[in-house]
Amino acid sequence: MAMKGSIMLDHGAGGKASAELVGGLFAKHLGNEVLGQMDDAAVLSPPPGRLAVSTDSFVVDPIFFPGGNIGSLAVHGTVNDVAMRGATPLYLTVGFVLEEGLAISDLERVVASMAEAAKEAGVMVVAGDTKVVGRGQADKLFINTTGIGVIPDGLEIGASQAIPGDAVLVSGTVGDHGVTIMASREGLGLDAPIASDSASLNHLAAGLIAACPGLRTLRDPTRGGLATALNEIAATSGVSIELDEAAIPIDPAVAGVCELLGLDPLYLANEGKLICIVEAEQAPAALAAMRADAHGKGAAIIGHCGGERAGRVWINTSVGGRRILDMLSGEPLPRIC
Amino acid sequence: MKHVDEYRDPAMAKELAAQIRRASKTPVRFMELCGTHTMALARHGLHTMLPPTVAMVSGPGCPVCVTATEEIDRAVKLAQTPGVVVATFGDLVRVPGSHGSLAAQRAAGAAVEVVYSPLDAVALAERRSGEQVVFLGIGFETTAPTVAAALLTAEKQGLTNFSVLSAHKLLPPALAALLAGPDLGLGGFLCPGHVTTVIGTACYQPVAHERGLPCVVAGFEPTDVLASILMLVNQVEQGRSEVEIQYKRAVHAQGNPAAMALMNQVFEPVDAPWRGLGHIPASGLALREAYAHLDAARRFDVDVPPAKDHPGCRCGDVLRGLIPPPECKLFAGVCTPSSPLGPCMVSAEGTCAAWHRYRRDE
Repeated sequence: MAMKGSIMLDHGAGGKASAELVGGLFAKHLGNEVLGQMDDAAVLSPPPGRLAVSTDSFVVDPIFFPGGNIGSLAVHGTVNDVAMRGATPLYLTVGFVLEEGLAISDLERVVASMAEAAKEAGVMVVAGDTKVVGRGQADKLFINTTGIGVIPDGLEIGASQAIPGDAVLVSGTVGDHGVTIMASREGLGLDAPIASDSASLNHLAAGLIAACPGLRTLRDPTRGGLATALNEIAATSGVSIELDEAAIPIDPAVAGVCELLGLDPLYLANEGKLICIVEAEQAPAALAAMRADAHGKGAAIIGHCGGERAGRVWINTSVGGRRILDMLSGEPLPRIC
Repeated sequence: MKHVDEYRDPAMAKELAAQIRRASKTPVRFMELCGTHTMALARHGLHTMLPPTVAMVSGPGCPVCVTATEEIDRAVKLAQTPGVVVATFGDLVRVPGSHGSLAAQRAAGAAVEVVYSPLDAVALAERRSGEQVVFLGIGFETTAPTVAAALLTAEKQGLTNFSVLSAHKLLPPALAALLAGPDLGLGGFLCPGHVTTVIGTACYQPVAHERGLPCVVAGFEPTDVLASILMLVNQVEQGRSEVEIQYKRAVHAQGNPAAMALMNQVFEPVDAPWRGLGHIPASGLALREAYAHLDAARRFDVDVPPAKDHPGCRCGDVLRGLIPPPECKLFAGVCTPSSPLGPCMVSAEGTCAAWHRYRRDE
């Protein structure tokens, strides 16, 4: 039976109320044999290979949005960070900071979404923690997740691996998450058919790795969007990147909202898309591998890497001009993840 | 996207660029007077589609950029006044004054609120009835009528805690001052579509007929801008000098008399300081005597000492079209969009910001 009422300071005090919350809510949704040991630390026996570890804290406002909520996002975001190094994500730790007064039913919705997202990604929640702070000392709830995965020996995928001549691909439309969060905020009153793309990309990444031995870089363009992620790759790899604006997939509804709000979808966060840089000859194979996955149906080849002016990203505009595509700078961004 | 895609049609854009290349024989420099045009040219890379004979130079058309340092200083002083909430458009918050920006005041605890329209500031005054809300009125004839409407709304509602600090600017006097200054070797003007929807085309007639400089009122989408540049090139090549309207779907030669009447009901022209252009007679707007009770300049002490700009900042020269941004020694080194020293690097429509973001290697 679902728990009722609101989170109170007692729920974080380590006593009876805490135990009820852990047993009645967290264990119910996230429980497994490791978590069930209820000891001070989880003891794990990972398969052979190198470990990939990533941590992220989630403070998105609003906590429920079209396409997901803070719980599913906290799983997807960390699973994706681990997967972008070519690792198979295996374990997740979860830390909650709850604000006094949070409806327990809202917490349960969030935790149930986390469980569903973890199951879909094939990761096990192996450790967790909950703290409660007084009203006003946090905003509803914040979640930290740490992901652990294993990289097979010999696989080198990362932001430093791109070389001139490589092809640049993206797994689908860009800007969906960022524009959805902004449009979900109070006061905008937009009624556009948009939703966050929040999703775990580890299965998509695994498909790409299997299909393309010449895979160099995977990167999920979250905060700062496609433009910022490509600038980071260009700088880290010491290449330039040249994009074809017309080839970059953008949902028409997202484009419309961006036009209204004066936003550029290339700078908006994505939570279910990846950038893939691959040897040019393997670009068709990469495209086919992505399109074979539910989260890569809209994949496209959007540009290539060059050798001149390392670190710079250029875009050939749809109308036939050419300009720099810079990193995000200066604009204050609301809490989107 | 309807009403947008048709003006971004790649085939049409390429055809217009080809026509410009075929038509242009004489080397010529055109000035775009509006910051939105500066951004459109850079963002769509339109400047790279023009032949070497056609150069575009930016003018004093970004409202944030032409706001004088002393006007920022007044706003900062207001923000430091106990019980005052300063409401303004986003970009202005980051423009450095003599002693820091409004953003710095906000970080230090001052009440500075970003609003999206003057009416939002009126609503803010309703919500915060125990405080004085001051809206910083900046912008050209496109913005001033909306501020006038907000003032009338506040008066109708009997709000005693709302006022406006007006730093509005008028385009025609600035255009005249620009033409009276150093010879910029211009061959014509790309005139601002949105300002012209309000003021009409009368102010361009002397520029075209007495100064012999072609004027084309342009829209803001890529094919609008290219079609307007083609119209300018054709005038130059055919030895004509006229006022033409490319942006016909929005602009009428007589402008918008209702908006002008509203502006003139509330405001009257006054001498005003412009960054880069100095004081220009009758180029700003102050609240008329009948609305003195809504004038923040009279309600509060806004006297400030003479303004101090960063000594190396050449925003003034950039605004007059005298230099392109990379000729400023601060550009892209110590002055960047993340830590701007001058307003042209702050504003989304600033010339330095456009160059830094889209054209820094040129």
